[in-house]
Amino acid sequence: MQTTRIIMGMPITLVAVDDQPATEQLFERAFKLFEQFDEKYSPYKETSLVAKINRQELDTSDYDDELQEIEAWAEQAKQETHGYFNVWHKGAYDPSGIVKGWAIDKVARMMSQSTNDFYIDAGGDIQTNGRRKDGQAWRIGIRNPFNRDENIAVLGLSGQAVATSGTAIRGQHIYNPLADGPIKSNLSLSVIAPNIIDADRMATAAFAMGHDGINFIERLDGYEAYLVDDQGIATQTTGWQKYEV
Amino acid sequence: MMKKIAVTVFVLITFIIYSIHQRTEGNQAVQRVASSASAANSTNTTTTSPPAPSSSQSSAPKYKDGSYTGASSDAFYGYVQVKATISGGQLTDVSFLDYPQDRANSIAINDYAMPILKQQAIKAQSAQVDGVSGATDTSMAFMQSLGDALKQAKL
Repeated sequence: MQTTRIIMGMPITLVAVDDQPATEQLFERAFKLFEQFDEKYSPYKETSLVAKINRQELDTSDYDDELQEIEAWAEQAKQETHGYFNVWHKGAYDPSGIVKGWAIDKVARMMSQSTNDFYIDAGGDIQTNGRRKDGQAWRIGIRNPFNRDENIAVLGLSGQAVATSGTAIRGQHIYNPLADGPIKSNLSLSVIAPNIIDADRMATAAFAMGHDGINFIERLDGYEAYLVDDQGIATQTTGWQKYEV
Repeated sequence: MMKKIAVTVFVLITFIIYSIHQRTEGNQAVQRVASSASAANSTNTTTTSPPAPSSSQSSAPKYKDGSYTGASSDAFYGYVQVKATISGGQLTDVSFLDYPQDRANSIAINDYAMPILKQQAIKAQSAQVDGVSGATDTSMAFMQSLGDALKQAKL
């Protein structure tokens, strides 16, 4: 069974091997959960907790368990990335960078209690669980940042997550006045991790680090990455290849 | 001879002053963009649906000439905000004032001894896939911000 809906400003697709009325109900519960997270944590909804924090109507001591959990992830991400990951953006509190991965993780955990073989794709961030109907690992492509209809790598994932960070805006070359031609810049960086929270926040942080990003991932145990620069050259961490099919 | 040198020096100084002036202007422009973006972010931006595609390809002016800044729109990871330029009643340019991942500057990361990582030119793969990982699509946010800018430009 496969269903796509647009929630949190992005297409969210649920895919499961099971195809029963119960699966349909499970999908409904999963989408409902994403909608609740959107209501609670969207920086754009006046009634959201995030908006209340920005209006200073909610004190840290009033945070519920979920918000404390998100805060703890945000703090951990900030430290692990040497400050690159920060939920404060232009003076406003915006935990979206954590909430996205956190929400996918929550929904995946809920779904895994009822079904084993599925994956969740939320705006290109994917958490897999179990296997396909034919017993093989889920095949997940890495999109070509130059051509969205093409894949430039195909992964076999079973239980892992992959997140890709990048900019959809191209053609804005930065020229170095001291050198000839444009400075090489990164277009997209994909990170494989045991779960989507880790893949998501590390992809975001490593992409922001520029050329050091891929080395940063290389040094982390349990993470692999694939970087594409604007010259069409891919750089991969030493263990990336073992996930390629 | 002296006259020639004096002229050269004059031209050079003029050029340097001009460059400095341009650079300061550039910085100010960046700051203006940044402050207008954060102002837009702090207000609750209502999302507007993109304009319906026009049924005819007529070249009759539909928009007032000028530049229009769209509302900053949520791409979840950040904000997309565009400026639409209309001339001769037509949309002639769209520039990005803000887009996701536009975050800050480099910091020094300790240099460990790093293995040489494998590099290769990207190549399209033909294998069938179940799903695809790519950068979060900003196209929806782009459409929203552009739709908002064009609404302001409507005659």
